[in-house]
This record gives sequence, C-alpha cells and structure tokens, in this order.
Amino acid sequence: MSTQNNYPQWEGFNSGKWNAQGEVNVRDFIQRNYTPYEGDSSFLQPATEDTLKLWSDITELSKKEREAGGVLDADTSIVSTLTSHEAGYIDKPLEKIVGLQTDKPFKRALQPFGGIRMAEEALNMYGYEIDPSVKEIFTKYRKTHNDGVYDAYTPEMRLARRAHILTGLPDTYGRGRIVGDYRRVALYGTDYLAACKEQDKLHLNGSMTPDKIRDREEISEQIKALKGLAAMAAKYGCDITRPAANAQEAIQWLYFGYLGAVKEQNGAAMSIGRTSTFLDIYIQRDLDRGILDELHAQELVDQFIMKLRIIKFMRIKEYNQLFSGDPTWVTESIGGMGSDGRTLVTKNSFRVLHTLENLGPAPEPNLTVLWSKRLPANFKNYCAEISIKTSAIQYENDDLMRPDMGDDYCIACCVSCMRVGKDMQFFGARANLAKCLLYALNGGADELLLDKKTGKPLQVSPEFMPVTGDGPLDFDDVLHKYENMMDWLAGLYVNTLNVIHYMHDKYSYESLEMALHDTQVRRFFATGVAGLSCAADSLSAIKYAKVYPVRNQYGIITDYKIEGDYPKYGNNDDRADDLAVWLVKTFMTKVKSHQTYRGSVPTMSVLTITSNVVYGKNTGNTPDGRRAGQPLAPGANPMHGRDTNGALASLESVAKLPYDYSRDGISNTFSVTPSSLGKSDEV
Amino acid sequence: MEGRIHSFESFGTVDGPGIRFVVFMQGCPIRCAYCHNPDTRSFMGGTSYTPQQVAANALKYKNYWGTRGGVTVTGGEPLAQAEFVTELFTILKQKGVHCCADTSGVTFNAQSAVSVKQHEELASKTDLFLLDIKHINNQKCISLTGAGNANTLNFAKFLSESGKNMWIRYVLVPSINDDEDTLLQTAEFIKILKTVQKVEVLPYHTMGIVKYKNLGIPYPLEGTPVPTKESIDLAKSILGA
Repeated sequence: MSTQNNYPQWEGFNSGKWNAQGEVNVRDFIQRNYTPYEGDSSFLQPATEDTLKLWSDITELSKKEREAGGVLDADTSIVSTLTSHEAGYIDKPLEKIVGLQTDKPFKRALQPFGGIRMAEEALNMYGYEIDPSVKEIFTKYRKTHNDGVYDAYTPEMRLARRAHILTGLPDTYGRGRIVGDYRRVALYGTDYLAACKEQDKLHLNGSMTPDKIRDREEISEQIKALKGLAAMAAKYGCDITRPAANAQEAIQWLYFGYLGAVKEQNGAAMSIGRTSTFLDIYIQRDLDRGILDELHAQELVDQFIMKLRIIKFMRIKEYNQLFSGDPTWVTESIGGMGSDGRTLVTKNSFRVLHTLENLGPAPEPNLTVLWSKRLPANFKNYCAEISIKTSAIQYENDDLMRPDMGDDYCIACCVSCMRVGKDMQFFGARANLAKCLLYALNGGADELLLDKKTGKPLQVSPEFMPVTGDGPLDFDDVLHKYENMMDWLAGLYVNTLNVIHYMHDKYSYESLEMALHDTQVRRFFATGVAGLSCAADSLSAIKYAKVYPVRNQYGIITDYKIEGDYPKYGNNDDRADDLAVWLVKTFMTKVKSHQTYRGSVPTMSVLTITSNVVYGKNTGNTPDGRRAGQPLAPGANPMHGRDTNGALASLESVAKLPYDYSRDGISNTFSVTPSSLGKSDEV
Repeated sequence: MEGRIHSFESFGTVDGPGIRFVVFMQGCPIRCAYCHNPDTRSFMGGTSYTPQQVAANALKYKNYWGTRGGVTVTGGEPLAQAEFVTELFTILKQKGVHCCADTSGVTFNAQSAVSVKQHEELASKTDLFLLDIKHINNQKCISLTGAGNANTLNFAKFLSESGKNMWIRYVLVPSINDDEDTLLQTAEFIKILKTVQKVEVLPYHTMGIVKYKNLGIPYPLEGTPVPTKESIDLAKSILGA
C-alpha cells in the first residue's frame, strides 16, 4: 500500500492515485473530482468593471503598439530567464491574475538561446540595438542552438534548406510545440514536483552511458527550473512551493507555470494545454464553500484569458509574414468526452468560451473545442452560437483522437495532439511534396535556382534520372521517379531534424516545460508535408489528362502544357482523392524507415495555416496548371477554387486522408459566409 | 435516359429545409432580369448524367441530412427536364430521401393533357416544391422574365389542388416588384392556395454580375440597388414570410 499525501489545500477533494506518495497524476485527480455539466449557458455572468477597465488599458496599448509599427517596447540587455525581471503589472489593484513576461506589459523579452543573430535582427528591424555585451556573451562564450545546428549541418542539408524543399525548419528559432502540464503547479506545488524529480534522478544509476548522463543533467535542469519558477512567483508575493488553496490560486499557479515557459522559450507555438475542466474543480469547490460567486468566477477566467491574449515574442518580420500576423498559438483544448462515457464539459468550458463575449473576439488564446458527436446538446448549441458571433473557435475531432490518446490529451499549435505531461514532440516543419515532384521530373535539379558558380540549374539532390523526351508525361514513369525522390527527401529530412533537435536539447533545453512532464516521456518526431493537394492534382493531371513538358535552355522542365481535363482533389472523387491518400501513406512510410533522434515516434502532419503562401513562392510551375510562385493550398485543403461541388464534397475529400499515417494532425481551413449557412440564427 | 446538369452543391443550406444536396440542372426557358445563374440558362451546355449517377453522387452525403435535409433540384429550370427529375426522385424516394424541386412552374401548360400528366407524375415523387412567383402582373412578368405568369399561377393552383406542399419564393427587386400594390395582389393570390407551408422573400443581390461579365452578356439590372431593410420588412409582412 502506498501512503496518501495530504496537503491541507486538498481538503474536500476525493483521494485516489493522484495523491499517493510519489505519484503525479492530474488525470486521475480530474476524473475523481470534476462535475460534468449538461446544462445551458444561462448561468454565465458578464465581465466585472475591473476586468473591463483592464481590457480597455490593453486595447489602448494594442493601439499604441500598432502605431509604433508592431513593437511597443523591447528588452535589449536583459536576457529573459525565469527570474530575470521584477514583477510587472498592468494596473495592480485591478489584477486578479498577475504576471507579465517582462517588467512591463507589451515589452518584449530578449531570448537569444535559440540564436543570437535572429534575436539581434529582430531588434534591429524594429529600431532597437542589442546591448554589445549580450552579443559578446552569446557569440564568444555561450553557444546557441542556431550555431550548433550550423556546425553539424551537411552541405546537402544546407542546400535543401536554401532551395526550400525543406522549409520552415526550427533551426534559427525555438522549436516550441512542447506543452508543459501547467496544472501540476496548481495541484502539487513546486516543492513536491521537485522532490519527485529528485526521486527519478536517483533511479538513473549504474553505467553512465551518454544517454543516461544527458538524462541526469536534464533532470537537474528541471529541478532548477522548478525552483526558479517558485522564485519568480515569489516576486509577485505568491508561494507556489505548496499546492493552490482556492480557485484564484489554482488559476494563478497554473498561469505562473505557463508564464515561466514563455519566459524561458520563444517557441514557434506555445500552447497551454487542457486546463478548463481541471480549473472547474477548484471553482466549483469555492462556489460550494460559498467563498466565490459566479460573477467573480468569470472574472478570474476573464483575467486569465486576458493574460494569455497579451503573450508576445520578439520575432523578425519575415516570421510574421510567414504566419500572416504575430501568432503565439496559445492553444487551450476544451471539452471532449471521457473514456468512461461522461462528458468532460464543465461549467468552466462555458466560462472560457464566454470570454469571447465578455472581452470580444480574439485570435489568441486559440480556443479549441474537442468535438464529439456525444457532447451535451447545450454545449454544442453554445459553441455554435459563439462561433456565429465571433468566428473565433477552432474545432477538432475528439472521436478520432481519443481512442489512441485517451481523454487527457491537448492540442499543441493547431492540430498536433499529445497526452498532457506524458508526450512531447520534436517539431519538424515541412517537406514540400509539390516541389519534390518537380525534382522527380528534373532529376533533382531545382526548377527556379541557378548554381552561383556554374550558372547552371542548381543540383539539390544527387543526380537522379530525369524524365526524358517531349511527349506527354507517363504516369507510371513519373510515379516511379517520384517515389525515388521521396526516398531521398524523407531520409534527408529526418536526418536534418535529428541534427536540429540534438542541438535544441543541448543549447536551448526547455527545462521548465520538461519539468512539468513525466520523466519517462514519450517523444514524437513530428514531420510534416506541404503542397499535398498541388501534388495530388499534378499526378491526376498526368494520369487523366495529357501533360506535355516545356523545357528551358538547360533542358530543365519549367512549364507544362495540359490537354484535356482531369479530376481534382476536393470534389469527393476517388480518382483524385486516392492520389492524395497515396501521397500521405507513401511519404509517412518512408519517414518511418529512418532512425529518429532519441527514439522518438515518427508522425506526420498535413498542416499549414498561412505558410503555404511562402512555400508556393519557392515552387515553380506545376503539372496541375498552377503557376510558379502562386500559393500552395493550406494544410490538406484542395487547391483554391478547384473544389466545385460544395463544402461537403470538399470536406469528404479531406476526410479520406488516413489519420493513422498523419498522427500529428490534418488541417483544413474552411471559410464560409454566415448567409451560406442558412437564413436564420437558429442553432 | 440522361439529363443535362450544370453542377452540384454538396452543402446546400438555402434551398429547402435542412442540409441538402443541390442539383443545378442546365437550361431554362425564361430569362429573368435578375437571374444570378445565367450560366445555367442555355440548354446546350452542362454535362450529361443518368439519374442513377446523380442519385449515387447525392447519396454519398446522406449522413449529413439528418431528419429534415435531402435533395433539391434547381437550375436552370429543373422541370424543363421533368422526366429526368421524375426518374431521379423515384430512385431517391426508394431510399427514403426528402425530394424538393425549385421551379418557376413555367413549363406547366394546363391546356395540354401531356403536360399536366408529366407534372402529375413528377409531383407524385416530390415532397416539396419551391415555387418562384416572379410577378403577379402578367405584363410586368413578361417584361421581367420574357414569359407571362399564367403557367406559374396555374401550377400553384394545381399543387394546391393536388395537396402538394410548397414554399412560395419571391425575389424582391426594387422598383420592379417591391411596391405595395404588387405585394398585396401577390398576397391575395397566395391566400387562395391551401398547401403553402412557408413564404420566403429573397432580397435581390448583385453577386451574379460577375457571371454576366464572364459570359460577355450585358447585365439587365445594371444600376438597380439591393432592397433596403425597410422594403424587405414590408414585403415580408405583406406576404406573410
């Protein structure tokens, strides 16, 4: 029998595995203590005056930030760490949930561990100069992730990167996508979490292999981070070494955990996890105790969400162009169903969505509803109502993800699913499958770039046999060459990512986020593809129409003449859709055949939200008739305007893509005008 | 048998109840000035399909229809290919699908036994008609559409007598059919019909203009504004929408 821990802050909670000595198990705590809610939204309360006042201050700051060209203030000499800054406030007496990334709202932190050049460049773009001593430290004495990667890259990796057949790689910036289980800070306090990590470290004994040495070093870093986090909270007068005692503390402690993560890392996506139902337990306990009312429960949630809305990073302008804005991907996963059949929707799922009404719509945090057919009807109605009002909810298929991931997973970024605190991932950006097809046709010579030395087309892959002759492209011949080229690309891609993540672990390790994971964590190796629909349509054109190659003076195919029509992906037509399915399966299978860093599990995503525009710029004319430089479609979307049978046909095509071969997620960006959804607001 | 079809919409939400698979038939005998699908007018265009092919295509989306949705044929003028639609609906009815036809009724000739029989057969397979009344005044109807309104009004009476459910649709166009007199006369006519379940006022919109440009034909309502909210509200209240 294990002994039960018993902190006074846990009074009123049902015991279980979660509070057995030495255990950390948030899911068990939730399952034993949460109150499913099947009622409607009528209990919800408006924002308090304090909240509205704070929000108007923030709106004012946002305006000033826009007027200042995108950045209002930036650190140039203080390197961001957990404890680098003193406490910062917007308007202290009004703030129920406190904590800023620096000492002032809208002041961006200096985070050079990913790469000093990128940090410096970003500052310069907005008219700031980096402190020379910081630059000296991070060039002379302290190596960054970016330096490490470039020390190890092969010439071929550099070339593939330059040609953009591999693209968006996290080699100059923080990889992000790791979601700490920030709920642990609230439930257990940092002292207990650190003690558990000490225990884990004791078990890493015996032969000191490089792996074990690294593990021991990392756990030590994690423990330091937990202590650092407690010190950070102490600056705000909070003692998070112990568990949270009430709803306000639970939200505050949890937010401190997240705040620590964003102080430490400027990651591409910094998602928050699945917190609403966990927090509902604390709010419900306070409501039951009569020490909180609904108005003030909503106030806590509003102010928490408000803090998440103003998370900001210092990034170069190209990065913002790539993502069409300044996204932080503070994704919060809401709702879903439990493995035992109860819904995980609570009143707090409503409260979090209600912030879109109280504070108005906003892109961040990225509120993501885990949708199941079995969600309570009242909740579905409320989601529909808020979607109609604000267009600010993202939906994901819980019924698809739950069987494999259980009922305590969350979404990182926009589609990437991980069990909270149990899985992490090595973010891998994308391989451009449309460009890969062009390489197959041209034997690996780039269709756009010239070799600076020879003035001839740039040979990116080893010299493969190109398509010969001027007759129409032969489908079987093209497919064979495409498979060969994908073999090459998959191998190069995996190995490039191996280098990147080795160096990220070494020089920019996410010690706090990983402190909020199980020590025996499952790692995903999250590859991705871009240009899926363009590649599928190109194959379809070659198969069902006649596509004649047009060559330039070097014999490189740079354009195509298409005779006849061909079925297009996005119309629920198996002839085209099967080609997209084939692409997903084939590339994933090739990725899987390679050794991945740290025993990570290979996955793949078909995901781009906006970066498809930039990927398209670097891809020449394609056999489907798309012109050079035109955008590829986002994610798994059909090419723009080619899905001519309406929304369901388009969605059905996307739904054919096999999730088993694309476990890191499939995205489909779907825009619709309200009037095309019907003539009344009736849900 | 084959039908000429312009296109399909798998997610129709504005042509009948619920979520519907919409079949746009190719070809229309009249020329409404406000037509927003001029590309469906010619009987020469489109693609040929058998009723079986169209039914199979539609039935892919059965899961989305719930208890209210189904299939709507529109156009063009679907009743210009009445035999095809009858055959299509026969197949769909066997699968329990709710079938709806969006028509101007212009093909219904009450004097011709052949025409009446054809429409009777079609009606027997149709759950709901969306019947467009273009203009209650015959002369004005001719100048608006190139055809009089007798067939339309007779078809409405025919549906009423046959006990077939219908929704009346009224495209509201400023200074053409939005005056109070016209609306009152239309309402009088609707009142005598026994099977009207719903009246829909569809405010004229200009989204079709680009299609006229693409087809290289002049836009007949150039300069006509979209109706004001007040005039839409007036039409709705008079027509009982």
